[in-house]
Amino acid sequence: MTNKKKWLALPYFVWMVGFTLIPLVLIAVYGLTERGSGAFTFSNVLSIFQEEHLRALILSLVLSVICTLVCLLIAYPVALILRRAKVKKSGFVIFIFILPMWMNFLLRTYAWLNLLDDGGLIFTALKALGFQGNIIGTNGAVLLGMVYNYLPFMILPLYNSLTAIDDQVLNAARDLGANERKVLTRVIFPLSFPGVVSGITMVFVPSLTTFVVSDLLGGRKILLIGNIIESEFSIASNRHVGAGLSLVLMIFILISMAILNHYDKTGEANAI
Amino acid sequence: MKKTIAVLLASVMALMIFAGCGKQKENVLRVYNWGEYIDEGLVEEFEEETGIRVIYDEFTTNEEMYPRIEADPSLYDVVCPSDYMVEKMMKNGLLQKVDLSKLKNKDNIGAQYYAALSDFVDPGNQYMVPYTWGTVGILYNTTLVDDPVNSWSILWDEKYAGSILMQDSVRDAFLVAEKLLGYSANTTDPSELAACSELLHKQYPLVKGYVIDEVRDKMIAGDTALAVIYSGEYMYCKEENPDLAYVIPDEGSNMWYDGWVITKGARNVDAAYQWLDFLLRADIAARNFEYITYPTPNLASYEYIDEELLNDPAIFPGEDVLKRCEVFKYLGEEAEDLYYEQWKKVK
Amino acid sequence: MKKLASFFGKAWLALVFVFLYAPIVTLIVYSFNEGKGRKWAGFSLVWYERMLHSSAIGDAVVNTLSIALLSALIATVLGVISCIGLSALKGRAKAVYMSINNIPLLNSDLVTGLSLMLVFVAVGLSFGYSTVLLAHISFNVPYVILSVMPRIRSMNQSTYEAAVDLGAKPIRAFFAVTVPEILPGVISGFLMAFTMSLDDFIITHFTKGPGINTISTLIYSEVRRGIQPSMNALSTVMFLSAILLLILTNVIPKDRRVKQKAAD
Repeated sequence: MTNKKKWLALPYFVWMVGFTLIPLVLIAVYGLTERGSGAFTFSNVLSIFQEEHLRALILSLVLSVICTLVCLLIAYPVALILRRAKVKKSGFVIFIFILPMWMNFLLRTYAWLNLLDDGGLIFTALKALGFQGNIIGTNGAVLLGMVYNYLPFMILPLYNSLTAIDDQVLNAARDLGANERKVLTRVIFPLSFPGVVSGITMVFVPSLTTFVVSDLLGGRKILLIGNIIESEFSIASNRHVGAGLSLVLMIFILISMAILNHYDKTGEANAI
Repeated sequence: MKKTIAVLLASVMALMIFAGCGKQKENVLRVYNWGEYIDEGLVEEFEEETGIRVIYDEFTTNEEMYPRIEADPSLYDVVCPSDYMVEKMMKNGLLQKVDLSKLKNKDNIGAQYYAALSDFVDPGNQYMVPYTWGTVGILYNTTLVDDPVNSWSILWDEKYAGSILMQDSVRDAFLVAEKLLGYSANTTDPSELAACSELLHKQYPLVKGYVIDEVRDKMIAGDTALAVIYSGEYMYCKEENPDLAYVIPDEGSNMWYDGWVITKGARNVDAAYQWLDFLLRADIAARNFEYITYPTPNLASYEYIDEELLNDPAIFPGEDVLKRCEVFKYLGEEAEDLYYEQWKKVK
Repeated sequence: MKKLASFFGKAWLALVFVFLYAPIVTLIVYSFNEGKGRKWAGFSLVWYERMLHSSAIGDAVVNTLSIALLSALIATVLGVISCIGLSALKGRAKAVYMSINNIPLLNSDLVTGLSLMLVFVAVGLSFGYSTVLLAHISFNVPYVILSVMPRIRSMNQSTYEAAVDLGAKPIRAFFAVTVPEILPGVISGFLMAFTMSLDDFIITHFTKGPGINTISTLIYSEVRRGIQPSMNALSTVMFLSAILLLILTNVIPKDRRVKQKAAD
C-alpha cells in the first residue's frame, strides 16, 4: 500500500521540475551565456562590479539592512507590550496591527505618495515650516516605504514567538532572583530568537530585492539592484545581464539564509 | 465549514463557465498605445460602430514596448510607436506593410507629413500611419522661474535644484545634453555620448525626479519649476494651471512623429485597418486632439478645431523653430547598447 | 515606575498605530475629494462612480479573484495529494523533495517571476491569463504543503489502515478518515494560498500578457501615470472588504465556539 501511495508525490514533483527547477536552470543558462552568440561567459555575473551596478547593490544592501533593523526596533517593543497586555490572540489589538498586511502591497506604497509628494499633507506641512527640497526621490522616502510595507511581517512572528513563552518560565526566573532586566535579556530574548530570525527573513529578502518601492517613492532617481534587473529585462531587452545579476542576488539571499540558519538552531521558520 | 466549501466550489464552477464563454471566437482587436494617448470615449465608439471588441493596453516608453513585441509579435495587432522605434521594428521584421490605398481617409493627413516620414523613417510610407507629431521642450512655471527660458542650460542652474523634472527615457534625456553640447541628436560617437552622460550625471543632484506621464500632475501641482516635456502635454497642463509656459530652446530640439503600425503577427488585420481608418476620420481626429492635446497631422480635422489653438506657436510652432529640430533615427543595436550603458551611469 | 513604563508602552503602541494607519486614512479621505489634485475641493462620490463604471477596474477585480480562487484551489488539491505521497517517502528522497518545495518560499519574488517568464518564453506559451494562473499555482503549492504536512505527520496512520482492513476502498477510506483529520491544515493552506495570490504583484508583473490585469498590476500602471483618484476609491473598497473578511473569519467562528462551549 505505502509503495503505491508514494507515487502520489509524483505529479507535483513533475510540476516542480517544470516550474521551479527548470526556471532556475534557465536563469543560470541566460546568466552564463553571451547575448547573440550564446557562448559561455562570466561577464554577465561579473558586470555586478560595473560602477553603476555595484552602487545599486550596495545601496540595496544598506537600505535593506537599515530597514530590517528599524522594523526590529519598532516591532519588538510592540510585540512585548502586546504580550504584557495579555491581549487574546485573536483580540482586537492584534487585529489592528496585522490588518495593514491585508491591504494590497501597491496600495500601501501608493498611500505614501499622497502624503509625501507635491501637494501632499506632509510635504505641505514641512514646506510651511520652511523645509525646502523634496521628500519623494530621496533614500529616506524609499526607506520609509520599505519599513511601512514590511513592518507587519516583523510584528507577527515576533508576537507569535513571544506569546509562546510560558509565564511560568518567567516566574521561575524571577523566583530565582532575576530582576526584570535580567528576565528580559536572559530569558525572553533568547526564547524569542526563532521569531526574530523569521521576522528578519521576511523583511530582509523582499526589501533587498524590491523595485516597486523605489520606483514609486524614489522618483525613479533611486536605483536599487531590483530596478537594474527589472529594466535589463523590460527596457534594455538584455535578459542575459538581467539573469546574471539575478544570480548574484540569489547568492546574497543564500548567504543571508545560511547566516540565519546558523543562528536559528530550531531550524523551523514557523512564521505566519 | 462544509457550507463554505460548497459555496467556494460553486463559485469556481461558475467562474469556469464564465471563462469558457469568453473563449468563444470573437472579433477582437488588440491595441497597444502610450499612456493617456487617446480619448477613451473613442474606443467605445469604435466598438459600437464596428462590433469589434478592443483590448486596450498602454506602455510608458518606446523602450518598454519594444521587448514585449520582439518576444511575441502577435501580442498586439496595432501599436503606436515613435518614428525611430518604427524604423527599428521595421528593420527587425516585426511589422507588416500597411496598404494605404485600403484606408479611405488617408488623404486627411497633410501630404507634408507623409513626405517627412518617408524621408526620415519609412521610405515610401509602407508601414506607418501618422497619428500625432510634436516637439520636445521645457515646460516651466512662470511664478517660480524669473530668468528667461531659452536654453537647455537652465536645467543645470543650481538655483532650481530639486525643482527640475527630467524625462525617464533614454533618447529624450540624451537629447537635452546633445543639443546643449552642440552634437547631433543621432550621434553614435562614443566620446560624445560619454560627454553627454557625464553632463547628465552632473545634473543628477539637481533633478527632482525622472518622470514620464506623471510630469503633468507634478507640474500642475505648482511646486516644480522646470520640466522636459513633449509639446502635446502643454495645452492640457496650461488649462489646469495657467502659470505654465512652454518653450523650445534656441539650441534646437527633437521633432517627433508617432504613428500606428500593424504587427507582423497581427491576428486581426481587417480590424486593424478599420481601427486605422476610424482614427483618420477628420471628426474623430479633432475630438481626439481636444482630449489628448497632441498636435495632429490630420489637416482635414482643423476645420473642427478651435482656431486659437491652431495659432498657438507652442503647439504648432513655425517653420523657423522646426528647422532647429532633428528627427530621431534608429541607430542600430550597437549604438543602442551604448546609449543604454551611458544612461545607466547617469543615475 | 511601572506606571511610567506602561505609559510609554501605550504611547509607543499609539505611535506605531498612527504610522500604520495615517497613510490609509489619507487615502480614504482623498477618495471623497471632488478635485483630481491633492487639494481638498469638497466632498464627492464622483471617483466611486468612475470606479464602478471603469471596465478596466472591473476586469482587474474579476481576474484577481478568479485567479486567486482557481490557483488556491488547484494548489490545494495538488498539495494535499503530494503530501499523502510524501508521507510514504522516507529519508533523502523526502528531504530533497521538501527542499525543492521550499525554493519559491525562500527565493525572492523577483527571481521567481523572472525565471517563470523565461520558461514561458522558452516553451512558447503566449502570455495571458493562463501564464499568470500557472505562476500563481506554482508559488501557492508550497504554502499548502507547509500547512498540510504537519497534520499528516501527526495523523494516526492506523485508523486509515483499519478502515481499509475493514473493507473500505482506499478512496472512501481517504475521504472518511484522512480528510477530516487534515481538514484544518487544508483550509489554512487554502486561505494562505488565496491571500498570497491576491497580494502578489511582482510575479504577475512578469508573467502577464496583453489585456490581463490584476488589481496589483492595474494599480502599478495607473499610479505611474500620475494622480489617479479612482485608485483611492478602489483602495477604500478593498480596505473595507479586508476588514470585513477578517472579522468574518476571526470573530464569527470564535463566537460560535463560545456559544458551543456555553451550550456544553
